[in-house]
Amino acid sequence: MDGSACDILILGAGPAGVSAALTAHARGRSVLVLGADPMRSPLAKAERVGNYPGLAGMSGRDLLAAMLGDLERAGVRRITGRVTGVVSFGGSFMVSAERDVYQAKTLILASGAGQGTKPLPGEMELLGKGVSWCATCDGMLYRGKRVAVLGLGGEGEKDAGFLESIGCQVLFFDPTQAKNAQIIGTDRVTAVAVGGKEYPVDGVFVLRDTVAASALLPGLAMRDGHIAVDENMAASIPGVFAAGDCVGRPYQVARAVGQGNTAALAADGYLKERDK
Amino acid sequence: MSVIELTAENFDEAVKDGTSLVDFWAAWCGPCRMQSPIVDAFAEKHPEVKVCKVNVDEQPALAMRFEIMSIPTLMVFRSGEAVKKTVGLSGMEEIEEMCR
Ligand SMILES: Cc1cc2nc3c(=O)[nH]c(=O)nc-3n(C[C@H](O)[C@H](O)[C@H](O)COP(=O)(O)OP(=O)(O)OC[C@H]3O[C@@H](n4cnc5c(N)ncnc54)[C@H](O)[C@@H]3O)c2cc1C
Repeated sequence: MDGSACDILILGAGPAGVSAALTAHARGRSVLVLGADPMRSPLAKAERVGNYPGLAGMSGRDLLAAMLGDLERAGVRRITGRVTGVVSFGGSFMVSAERDVYQAKTLILASGAGQGTKPLPGEMELLGKGVSWCATCDGMLYRGKRVAVLGLGGEGEKDAGFLESIGCQVLFFDPTQAKNAQIIGTDRVTAVAVGGKEYPVDGVFVLRDTVAASALLPGLAMRDGHIAVDENMAASIPGVFAAGDCVGRPYQVARAVGQGNTAALAADGYLKERDK
Repeated sequence: MSVIELTAENFDEAVKDGTSLVDFWAAWCGPCRMQSPIVDAFAEKHPEVKVCKVNVDEQPALAMRFEIMSIPTLMVFRSGEAVKKTVGLSGMEEIEEMCR
């Protein structure tokens, strides 16, 4: 565990997360932004962002870089990592990313679209029975065994290298191959089918950049595949707020930035009320 | 009640009577470090349950025997028999439900 709890932990460093972080920081809150490599946000693919005021048609990449620069100048702490677990305990939240654990009084989920990412056939049925979402958590349990890495996100290759380094026999599948993979087994994983071919394995690591908020926080109310929020961006769990593409369409930067701002103000208000 | 560290040698003896909760964990696993304080608090709150931990890195035979393939994994034993198993982080209420 990494010291004391911060006031507000923001999951995702896209426009919504950055906006929330800047506002929360300006309100004097201790803030931590935790997210996968922001340059892999969908916005990085936008050639020109034409409908955000004042940008003179900047590219998505440049806009993201400018936003991250703002965070850095403000002195907001940002850590790159994939969040795989959240649990509420004793009035705060514990969040795990890779091998580290962080603690926060409130959460702002700004994790982007893709909340409804469909699991692969067999994935949910065999989760914990040979299917894992976290190479650093479970890799050691597969030393000397044959595993498949379905690298659906950007870190897949790195994780495959890690698994190899600790003594797993690794079959790596890149995103184009992995997206149509099928995981086979009844009580436990026995094989993975990719491109019409079956490979016998003991374990399958399904590695995406994002883990859906509903999977991170069981009990979080969803609406049409998005996180359900009220007009203050409060989600169904007290102390949890959400903003941006993860709460619904239209998927737009201006909307994400506005909601991030609202969520940060609401989290600040919530903390004030709580600490009274 | 304090939490008992189990090994292949003392496992069966430890869980043979009453209700026991076993937390399978390892030092390298981030989520396990979140599970651990919750399990400790559970032990504090529920002296009627014997609360135990197994370090899967040091006890590969136990990990194999109970087919631990993801951690954290929590198991409940009643009179020595495994009755429940959950994989992934569990909150206080979920653990209480498991042991009820
Ligand atoms: C090609 C293209 C063009 C576009 N053009 C425009 C445009 O011109 N104008 C416009 O307004 N909008 C445009 N958009 C939409 C815009 O990109 C999104 O609305 C905006 O990025 C949403 O911001 P966000 O912060 O909500 O989410 P995102 O930008 O998606 O950021 C969320 C971040 O959270 C991270 N994350 C999620 N889960 C986890 C986890 N478990 N652990 C760690 N990190 C996690 C993600 O990796 C991501 O980096 C375009 C999108 C695309 C794809």
